[in-house]
Amino acid sequence: MEPLIHYAPYTGWVYPNETVIEWSIAIVVYPYITGLVAGAFTVSSLYQVFGFQRLKPVAHLALLTSLCFMLFVPLPLLLHLGHPERAFNNLLTPHWTSAMAMFGYFATFYIVLLMVETWFAFRPYVVEQAQNRKGLLGPVYRLLTLGSYDVSEEALRHDRKWIFWLAIAGIPGAHGLHGYVGFVFGSLKSREWWSSDLMPVVFLFSAIISGVALLIVLYVVSCWLRRIAIDLACLKGLAYTVWGFIMVALVLEGLEFANIVYKGREGVEMIIAYVYGPLLVPYFVLQFGVGAIFPLLLLSYMIWRGTTGKALIAGVALSACLVLLSVFMMRWNVVIGGQEIAKTGRGLLTYHLQFFGHEGLLVAIVLLLAPLATLFGLTRFFPPWHDKPA
Amino acid sequence: MKREAISALRARRGFLRGIGRAATVAAAAVAAGTAGIMRKAAAKGEATGRRAAFPTADYDWTRHRWAFGVDATKCIGCLRCVEACKRENDVPLTAHHFRTWVERYVYLEGEDQPRIDSQQDPVNIAASGSQGEYRFANRYEGAKVEKAFFVPKLCNQCTHPACVQVCPVGATYQTKDGVVLIDHEYCIGCRYCVQACPYGARYFNEEKGVSDKCTWCYHRITKGLQPACVEVCPVGARVFGDAKDAQSPISLFIRNNRVQVLKPETGNAPNVYYVGIDKAVS
Repeated sequence: MEPLIHYAPYTGWVYPNETVIEWSIAIVVYPYITGLVAGAFTVSSLYQVFGFQRLKPVAHLALLTSLCFMLFVPLPLLLHLGHPERAFNNLLTPHWTSAMAMFGYFATFYIVLLMVETWFAFRPYVVEQAQNRKGLLGPVYRLLTLGSYDVSEEALRHDRKWIFWLAIAGIPGAHGLHGYVGFVFGSLKSREWWSSDLMPVVFLFSAIISGVALLIVLYVVSCWLRRIAIDLACLKGLAYTVWGFIMVALVLEGLEFANIVYKGREGVEMIIAYVYGPLLVPYFVLQFGVGAIFPLLLLSYMIWRGTTGKALIAGVALSACLVLLSVFMMRWNVVIGGQEIAKTGRGLLTYHLQFFGHEGLLVAIVLLLAPLATLFGLTRFFPPWHDKPA
Repeated sequence: MKREAISALRARRGFLRGIGRAATVAAAAVAAGTAGIMRKAAAKGEATGRRAAFPTADYDWTRHRWAFGVDATKCIGCLRCVEACKRENDVPLTAHHFRTWVERYVYLEGEDQPRIDSQQDPVNIAASGSQGEYRFANRYEGAKVEKAFFVPKLCNQCTHPACVQVCPVGATYQTKDGVVLIDHEYCIGCRYCVQACPYGARYFNEEKGVSDKCTWCYHRITKGLQPACVEVCPVGARVFGDAKDAQSPISLFIRNNRVQVLKPETGNAPNVYYVGIDKAVS
């Protein structure tokens, strides 16, 4: 039987009720997933709205990735709630002064938008399958056509117009949803580590780099699985996108930390003791050093040297994996880190990650893998590829 | 070709109309199902609150404005208040859940920062022998103590409560008499309020799946009784009363002393007034 309370050991002086760390790894996974949604959608929009033609090979994959991860966004929250069966109270009687009150509406709007955009994007394929597919999937595709079999040039132009406007609406939708997650933390005045005006933008830019990095990994792996050549122009386009945004993300995160230290408000000694103590490896080494500065330097070097071929693929894929780690560590350091610094400003707590239990490591791993498994299944159903496998 | 396109459009329209009808039926069913919840939500709304007597027939919450005083110079750290509160309010008997607690500040000779602990400290729990009983261990025996005092803490029932602001469903709310309450039947257990309280006054009740905190014993004060902690305090360190009554103990306490509140910079405007605390107390 899993114990109900996970007591957090502490040093110094902490309020008695603080000795249970209430927001667990589930609340780390939640902003991580929403960030991947926003980032993947950015890639899709760069092609659909801003006409980045070189991203065409991953545009539909980006849309499906965004949808698959978005479907799982509410799950870590539901697992965390003391009364998940009351979750709809949030939609029925939203308390408007709460930074969380809009979540249900934002998430619903965005899931619907993604589903509609996916429907338009894959309509020609669905119609083709509905007309030709035999067996069990035939009726499913026929149902998905919603009775529309018109794939004339005029109808497709009409679809493209819808996709364009949905992608435009999706940009503030995806980024609003994620910036809003940053506001949930940044607007709290009870914790110096969270209370920052920069928090929503910090979340947003780290979200973008995580989503683009995920697309790089998915694209490289999918090409490898499908035994087709990687489109180096597309990969470079994604690498440039990460390279550009990672600089902004780094500057913002650095500024945020500098602000806390420079302002030096009450309790800053504890924060300094914390970041140079227990947070040294997760924060400076993993989040900044290995996860952000190293990939930035590696990408800069490759761009400078004009690296191409397998070396480019390996370098960009490695950078992308490190960026994914960095952003996860950023979420961890915000959510868990904020709670490990006591509200008293005079003590530090230690979060003990459980392995089992509905807010344990195992569930967190499943939560992160489930969207990927869904994506794997969905790519069979809606192939997002623009080329034929060899 | 054009005719085909028109027929396809008609089919699509027909399908969408069908979906529309199904959605209307579903919406009606959901509306019927949620009517009960909405009624419950409305029950704690303004209309009900405007009744002459609320929340009970004998109590009108518009006639009172409760406030709390703590005279830290009187507190002896006996922790009867903590035990009384736990029993009165069914607070879990652990070292991690408290509606009220007492902090001990000790300045030792040669040290410029106080040593602070509370009854939940493992050393103090070891001294009491159980998480359900509370004692301050004699841990500074033999040390040269320059200054030492106790500070009782509890919910500040803030005028601008951050916990109420952040509750996404409105399960926690402010009464007309100034007390912040939680509707345990409506709380979803997200713990945003626990994070938002700068005083650490809230905890999460794992067994009930809801947040909880001190209510100044609302079930007692609305019947004309004192909060349990005030009732049992043997030295009168805790003072409670109606700030609307100029002769009440709390009005006299505030008027006759130079009082201060905790963390005024948060803008929460707390309603627990302290006398005799030190700069280290926050």
